Amino acid sequence: MAIDIGIIDYGMGNLRSVANGFESLGGKTLILTSPAQLSEVERVVLPGVGAFGDGMKNLSERGWVEKLEEQVVQGGKPFLGLCLGMQLLATTGTEYGHHQGLNWIPGKVDRIVPRDPSIRIPHIGWNDVDVVRPEGLFAGQPKLMTFYFVHSYAFQTDSSDVVTSYCDHGMKFVASVQYGNIHATQFHPEKSQKHGLALLKNFLAIKA
Amino acid sequence: MLAKRVIPCLDVHAGQVTRGLQFGRAEASGLRNVGDPVELALRYNEQGADEMVFFDITASAEGRKSMVDVIERAADQCFMPLTVGGGLRTVDDIRTMLRAGADKVSLNSSALATPDLIRAGAEAFGSQCIVVSIDAKRTAPNHWTVFTHGGRKATDWEARDWAQKAVELGAGEIVLNSIDSDGMKGGYDNDINRAISELVSVPLVASGGAGKLEHFAEAVEIGHADAVLAASVFHFGTFTISQVKDYLSERGICVRR
Repeated sequence: MAIDIGIIDYGMGNLRSVANGFESLGGKTLILTSPAQLSEVERVVLPGVGAFGDGMKNLSERGWVEKLEEQVVQGGKPFLGLCLGMQLLATTGTEYGHHQGLNWIPGKVDRIVPRDPSIRIPHIGWNDVDVVRPEGLFAGQPKLMTFYFVHSYAFQTDSSDVVTSYCDHGMKFVASVQYGNIHATQFHPEKSQKHGLALLKNFLAIKA
Repeated sequence: MLAKRVIPCLDVHAGQVTRGLQFGRAEASGLRNVGDPVELALRYNEQGADEMVFFDITASAEGRKSMVDVIERAADQCFMPLTVGGGLRTVDDIRTMLRAGADKVSLNSSALATPDLIRAGAEAFGSQCIVVSIDAKRTAPNHWTVFTHGGRKATDWEARDWAQKAVELGAGEIVLNSIDSDGMKGGYDNDINRAISELVSVPLVASGGAGKLEHFAEAVEIGHADAVLAASVFHFGTFTISQVKDYLSERGICVRR
């Protein structure tokens, strides 16, 4: 397998920026338009800009769910979820209705409710991330880093051992998770200049 | 803590970045050519811009096509957030720009003509990527009228009412362009910025009027803006992005370093 990174095209998002990020680091990428292509790549990225319900609907309708479970959950292929791609790992999501997620990491995706009502939602811009598990994507990185966020909903989980970093915007929320070979960030490493590229570089080094 | 953003805006006409005064019209040759959009974007990327806005001021079919190319080229080289606006009329237009590498789209006249575009865009792609850009002019004391078509046509909307309506429909961010202040270097219109900022719960981007370093700080401190957008002062080298951020930081405003 010569292709380092497969990026899932499920009609939700900015595939190009993700591909560009990895390519700039010397990684070979392939945009995956059919679930059968998952077996051709060493690592898989689920990007995503959009609403939870549409994202899940597109993944199911196009046959990704079953094949992803086979390759990632059972097969142990390194996986990176970005933004919506992280949220879809949860059990349920509440954006525009109540939706079932992939349920790879038990949790719920809910709208951010700030303690202080003057805090603005969506959370748009660069914010500090406090790394609590400096491994995986964060290996060799500083404890405090700044990344670009653009979202209104956040992942909430009871299993705090999967959390690798937190962010605060009116409430403390999960900025990234890792569960075995499954990595995910709420922020956009592909849009976070050198800090973001450092994380993508670490993902490129992760082997099944 | 969430940093206040400094955003350069690139007005693109026929594939080149241009700049006018008080919404100068391309067809009246009231524009100065300031360079290649991707070259400028790379320069601002180096200087630490927090985002970049590309605005298609021709807003024609050809303009949109060349804009897709600009966004693709910028996204190939700048690993930072990009917003694109101008002439986006349908959910498909929005999708095309997001696929080209944009993170957010900015709707203006098309949202006024078809407010439902805001709702449809937010449902398809999430509120966080639907920005509503408002061109406002003070037409009476404490009254700002929303204009379309590059500031040429007045609408029946008052800026605050339209901002509120846009947010109700799903806009995730408001950009307030002051027609009075645009290109005049006399400072942002912080009266309307503050009024809108206090009214809506989404981030507000102040636009139009930056000429001095103090103006950026005032937009945040007085206008309560979450981000400051400017064009001329950056294009003509009055300040670099880093100078603005150094200044804001000295004033105690949180910026990304």
